[in-house]
Amino acid sequence: MSSNIQSIVEKYGKNETRLMDILHDVHCENGFVSDEEIKEIALLLNISKVDVEQTLTFYHFFSKNPRGKYTVYLNNSLVAKMMGRDEIAHTFEKATGTKFGTVSDDGLFGLYDTSCIGMNDQEPAAIINGIVFPKITTYRVKELVKSFRMGSSVQDMINSFGGGQNQSELIHAMVTNNLNRRGAVIFSDYTPGEGLEKLKSMSPEDVIAEVKNSNIRGRGGAGFPTGLKWDFCSKSPGDEKFVLCNADEGEPGTFKDRVILTERPSLMFEGMIIAGYAIGAKQGILYLRKEYEYLKNHLEFVLNEFREKGFLGKSILGIDGFDYDIRIQFGAGAYVCGEESALIESCEGKRGEPRNRPPFPVQVGYLNQPTIINNVESLSSVTKIISNGSVWFKSMGTKESSGTKLLSISGDLKYPGTFEVEWGMSINEMLEMAGASDVKAVQVGGPSGRLIAPNEFHRTICYEDLPTGGAMIVIGEGRSILETVMNFMDFFIDESCGSCAPCRYLTVILRNKLKKIIDGKGVSKDLEEIVHWGKQMKIANRCGLGQSAANPILTSIENFRGEYEAKIEKGKDYDTEFDLNSAIIESSRAVGRFPEA
Amino acid sequence: MSKPIVATTSLAGCFGCHMSLLDIDERILDLIELVEFNKSPVDDIKEFTKMCDIGIIEGGCCNSENVHVLKDFRKNCKILVSLGECAIMGGLPAMRNNIPIEECLQEAYLNGPSTKGHNPDGIMPNDEELPILLNKVYPCHEVVKIDYYLPGCPPRADLIWNALVALVTGDEMKLPYEVVKFD
Ligand SMILES: Cc1cc2nc3c(=O)[nH]c(=O)nc-3n(C[C@H](O)[C@H](O)[C@H](O)COP(=O)(O)O)c2cc1C
Ligand code: SF4
Ligand code: SF4
Repeated sequence: MSSNIQSIVEKYGKNETRLMDILHDVHCENGFVSDEEIKEIALLLNISKVDVEQTLTFYHFFSKNPRGKYTVYLNNSLVAKMMGRDEIAHTFEKATGTKFGTVSDDGLFGLYDTSCIGMNDQEPAAIINGIVFPKITTYRVKELVKSFRMGSSVQDMINSFGGGQNQSELIHAMVTNNLNRRGAVIFSDYTPGEGLEKLKSMSPEDVIAEVKNSNIRGRGGAGFPTGLKWDFCSKSPGDEKFVLCNADEGEPGTFKDRVILTERPSLMFEGMIIAGYAIGAKQGILYLRKEYEYLKNHLEFVLNEFREKGFLGKSILGIDGFDYDIRIQFGAGAYVCGEESALIESCEGKRGEPRNRPPFPVQVGYLNQPTIINNVESLSSVTKIISNGSVWFKSMGTKESSGTKLLSISGDLKYPGTFEVEWGMSINEMLEMAGASDVKAVQVGGPSGRLIAPNEFHRTICYEDLPTGGAMIVIGEGRSILETVMNFMDFFIDESCGSCAPCRYLTVILRNKLKKIIDGKGVSKDLEEIVHWGKQMKIANRCGLGQSAANPILTSIENFRGEYEAKIEKGKDYDTEFDLNSAIIESSRAVGRFPEA
Repeated sequence: MSKPIVATTSLAGCFGCHMSLLDIDERILDLIELVEFNKSPVDDIKEFTKMCDIGIIEGGCCNSENVHVLKDFRKNCKILVSLGECAIMGGLPAMRNNIPIEECLQEAYLNGPSTKGHNPDGIMPNDEELPILLNKVYPCHEVVKIDYYLPGCPPRADLIWNALVALVTGDEMKLPYEVVKFD
């Protein structure tokens, strides 16, 4: 038995619920986890080998086989494609002599596609051995591959630092913030500890009442009232309670949490501490997507600062019995882990499969204890609510949507980046603010949201009208709506956890129908069937992923029907696309026969 | 009015669906009163002799002959019904769809336990007379238009009976829970 694995497993107290961390550490050593290592981990944790294997194989960034000395994960999201990702991919393939999805013969390069990495404002972007390379060009690809061949380390290839904290010693990343507009809540003046200070004179009930009174709703997409969630959790019976901060930021097109994590991590951590105080938790967990691993040292540093200042640890701020600490839990590449119950499963070292609800996490959450899960931005806002008061917070936004919202705007526009705006801004105003003209469509809320046409651009961003988790993808004139939707369908197919049959199959069937239409073989019945079947997705799947996977195709048919109809075969009521000649090529070749005419 | 004409065939199926059709027991006598059979294994008519009203297909398409027969059915029947899992989804034969056809053939004729060492020339069946395998097994509706689907493996006799009667009489089909419940 290797002493190394032993020490890693011991580091996590031989605790099987820390399997993600264990796999993470073992994976870091060689870039993969071998069969032998899987066996050892299972033995040491006293669980079966398949228990280890099923967690390992669920996540995109974990592998059972070597993925090359230099492992390239190139984003294949819609905006990456719009910004020329395919040409980059082609250049990588040519320069390394290997195809995407494979490792070069010399074992030097592994090329892999990956879903949105939270860099839509600086695409095309790739992650190479954990380091983000934004705005990558074909010239740069050739330069990188050449240098790697000569033995350069990936660190050696960092040639610039992005602004703000990105250039601090703890981050040293090429990523830029593109924080194009600061608002009154998240990116206003802030002194770490300003929210916590107020806790000295507030009871946990006071805190919950203040948060409730602010009317803040969750910023992660679902928009559940935060105060109510905390209230439920504080009243749920349990031995221990937990606060989970959702920094999975997996919805293609969102990257606003990245900017908070970079520039305002204290604001978020403070929110987590306030939440802990409110519900009586001892432990908070920041669930951080693996794509943002480059922020790890920076975040750990802030946590240590907090410990030194007495914001974390025992009797925080001298409040007797208020003991609380925060740890960081890494994901390993799985969009579905942003779904709250899948996130819990993942934190417990399992496959990120959503749970059946009820019971809700506030009743039965992490380690089966009452748990609140909130988005990074929600928790950051709470700090300001406690510091400045709910009345101040409510003075911004609209009636049902108080405060500000961070928008991640990307696509065909002049100023891609993060904008903090008050709720209630219209899409037209937003487009003007971000320097977008000749816009054909806006994808509001990422692939799981709505694709809207110019006749809806007067609508306003708020829960009453157009709710959003913040992703805004601007699609310019001249882009194909059908290709856009195709990219989103591929995304859902890749990211489905596979538990529900409709989410597993119907996504593929809908994608194939769309492909058929794009190829000019669709008939109007195909369109009818897409709409009819797509609607079933909402009712027949367990979690939000499957429930919204048909949204892009349904809303685009609703709003851009003409584009579909233009492609549809006229005067035909059926076309199966079946071609006997191509269906028999393979076996003709295998037996040495020439295809019949 | 003359009796509606029915044709049936078994493509890549196991004949279980046809057996289930016969499972309508003595109602088979009513059936012959109700309809006339044309091309079908039931009466052993090999080729279509006239235009039919209803074509019943068991099994999906695994080879070129299946495709020709199915297209022939489409041409000669006003209504086509996919009968059973194999016709609707490919069924058991479609389990090969995840394996490249070349590998399937090698396993069957060269490397399988019963062929290994017994086929020194590495011969694979390739007579002109033999239909050629498709790259995968296709459900019928991926080859031609199918109008109705009767699920089950095999579909229950009652389901087939009710469907035929409904088609012939034009009455609404009876679909009690028991006939479409599978576990
Ligand atoms: C497939 C899926 C992915 C999600 N991804 C995220 C995410 O990356 N970040 C996030 O905050 N919420 C995400 N959510 C929403 C969470 O389930 C949950 O509602 C949210 O974290 C609650 O926090 P909030 O109330 O502060 O918004 C996702 C939901 C689904 C269904
Ligand atoms: S809807 Fe999809 S992602 Fe969600 S639980 Fe079901 S299969 Fe998994
Ligand atoms: S559906 Fe079942 S009974 Fe019918 S042909 Fe296929 S395997 Fe046989």
